[in-house]
Amino acid sequence: MSAAPAPTAPSPAADERLAPASLVRRLLGRPELGAVVGAIAVFVFFSFAADSFLRASSLSTILYSASTIGIMAVPVAMLMIGGEFDLSAGVMVTTSALLSSMFSYQMTANVWVGVGVSLLVTLAIGFFNGFMLTRTKLPSFIITLGTFLMLTGLNLGFTKLISGSVSTKTIADMEGFSSARALFASQWNVGSVTLKVTILWWLALVVVATWILLRTRAGNWIFAVGGGADAARATGVPVIKTRIGLYMGVALCAWISGQHILFSFDVVQSGEGVGNEFLYIIAAVIGGCLMTGGYGSAIGSAVGAFIFGMTSNGIVYAQWNPDWFKFFLGGMLLLATLLNAWVRKRAEAK
Amino acid sequence: MGAVLAAVLGASLAGCSSTGGKRAEERAKAAQAGRPAVSTPRWTFAMVTHAGDGDTFWDIVQKGAKEAAAKDNINFVYSHDDQAQQQAQFVQNAIDQKVDGLIVSLAKPDALKDVIGKAVKAGIPVVTVNSGSAQSAAYGALTHIGQDEEIAGEAVGTELTKRGRKKAVCVLHEQGNVGHEQRCAGAKKTFGGTLENLYVEGTNMPSVQAAIQAKLQADPSVDAIVTLGAPFAPTAVKAKGAAGSTAEVDTFDLNESVARDLKSGALGFAVDQQPYLQGYEAVDLLWLHRYNADVLGGGRPVLTGPQIVTATEAGTLEEYIKRGTR
Repeated sequence: MSAAPAPTAPSPAADERLAPASLVRRLLGRPELGAVVGAIAVFVFFSFAADSFLRASSLSTILYSASTIGIMAVPVAMLMIGGEFDLSAGVMVTTSALLSSMFSYQMTANVWVGVGVSLLVTLAIGFFNGFMLTRTKLPSFIITLGTFLMLTGLNLGFTKLISGSVSTKTIADMEGFSSARALFASQWNVGSVTLKVTILWWLALVVVATWILLRTRAGNWIFAVGGGADAARATGVPVIKTRIGLYMGVALCAWISGQHILFSFDVVQSGEGVGNEFLYIIAAVIGGCLMTGGYGSAIGSAVGAFIFGMTSNGIVYAQWNPDWFKFFLGGMLLLATLLNAWVRKRAEAK
Repeated sequence: MGAVLAAVLGASLAGCSSTGGKRAEERAKAAQAGRPAVSTPRWTFAMVTHAGDGDTFWDIVQKGAKEAAAKDNINFVYSHDDQAQQQAQFVQNAIDQKVDGLIVSLAKPDALKDVIGKAVKAGIPVVTVNSGSAQSAAYGALTHIGQDEEIAGEAVGTELTKRGRKKAVCVLHEQGNVGHEQRCAGAKKTFGGTLENLYVEGTNMPSVQAAIQAKLQADPSVDAIVTLGAPFAPTAVKAKGAAGSTAEVDTFDLNESVARDLKSGALGFAVDQQPYLQGYEAVDLLWLHRYNADVLGGGRPVLTGPQIVTATEAGTLEEYIKRGTR
């Protein structure tokens, strides 16, 4: 990055606080700047470390991998800006996929009916999280830990009870499957490269979330609630509504991810999704979200997800010993986050 | 401080063990040098499994694959993840790398269907191992190597009946594993008595012991415990001791302590599916296919088990288990 000199300095007569900030200065003030620098560093590193990393087909695989994390990282980042956590986000994805599949199968209904029911129930789970949080005043860590464990058990218990096995039955031969697959799990080939529809979902979510955060009243509320709930309440921000809305946002995206898993694999394993909630949080944190709330961005979460995608696939392309996989992943993520913090500090010092 | 250190060092040098330990292991290693025995080009084979981290069984599969790779002049790449989506991703990574052969375990067949189709279309020969015998051929794989879980379970049921057992508990250490369900279902089918499933948290050994103990205390009439993985057999033996039960403990798969317990009579029998063979054969078959267009199995799965191991065979196998190949 070359630091271009600021364009014309304002005339001394004018108040410098009213001068339009230069583009460079504005960029430096963005939460995702550090993540972008980290992403470039990781990209360059793997370009040298792995032969097949720079192939078009590999890059499309990385983009897909990033999008599966990124779709969830967007609402999780918004929730963290609002000062809360959601540990149930990982298994909620599986819950949502199981719901659509089993409802459609058991009722012999059009697949879209199951998809709709799944949306309603998943949103209800998100509402439950937000409602319990605002009602009990317990930390969100505890509330969603409870939800996480309950959902994990429900996923297994219900699937076993209804399907008689630990995975759902196939619904690929039912009406509506192909149209739902087109929406949630289609792919198209450009030459040797396969692009998956999740990449579009991901980008759309990032755009919408960025617009909400930066251009709407609700966005201001989210920042205010994360910065200090009491102060926000005192200035007339609807704190309860905002928090419940954020949790329902996570639920909505969990539904999108869940439908993607269902329609790309057709059969859902009931025990999966555990642990993924941390990947979403990691992506959001690399992207510049603070653990304390009130700061962060949706674009940052996308860059964080992209770093995660590059790292987890890059290690495979580099053919490193898989025993060390998690170690490298953790190290990379720490480095990316540290670099991110360092860049931010430098930017603020300017 | 220095004096203490010197004393400790001296003691450890003086107190050498003439049996076992690192030195015996090194001697064994020197005996089997890994040099290629063929002059074919250096192909790259990738193996992608559904193993979790730190899994004994898959470690042996990997060992078999690696030794075959050394012999066949193969660059062997291994990756694994217990989540279906991530496993599919790794298969895609292998396709991106344009590998010369692919070995996949199909524990979650539907999730891997598309991506294996892609590999076949890209002209990569695929061999499936361990699980997925029913889907292997349909997905376009050359051969499936493994054990039919249902058949293995049936062998256990038959053996339990032969031993005059009445009430057995099947300990499943991984909720959500289809293969495990099939094993217990197979055992139930051929067992003359009653068989119940007990789900435990396999990643947390103390809780496994507590769960089995609680079960035995709650139901003293249980006279057989079947664990589905070798590391869980000694735990079940401990639980049985703590609960004061007289039940016989039997297990799937082998490891060092299982062999020892079989010899001493603490365990009744073990069912082995020869994981080493699964890894070794998979690599070797891919090599044969590349070199000579050979396909084994005639379109049917090649079975590596079940093999019932009792106190009689345990002695012979112990040495191989120590080596990490059984």
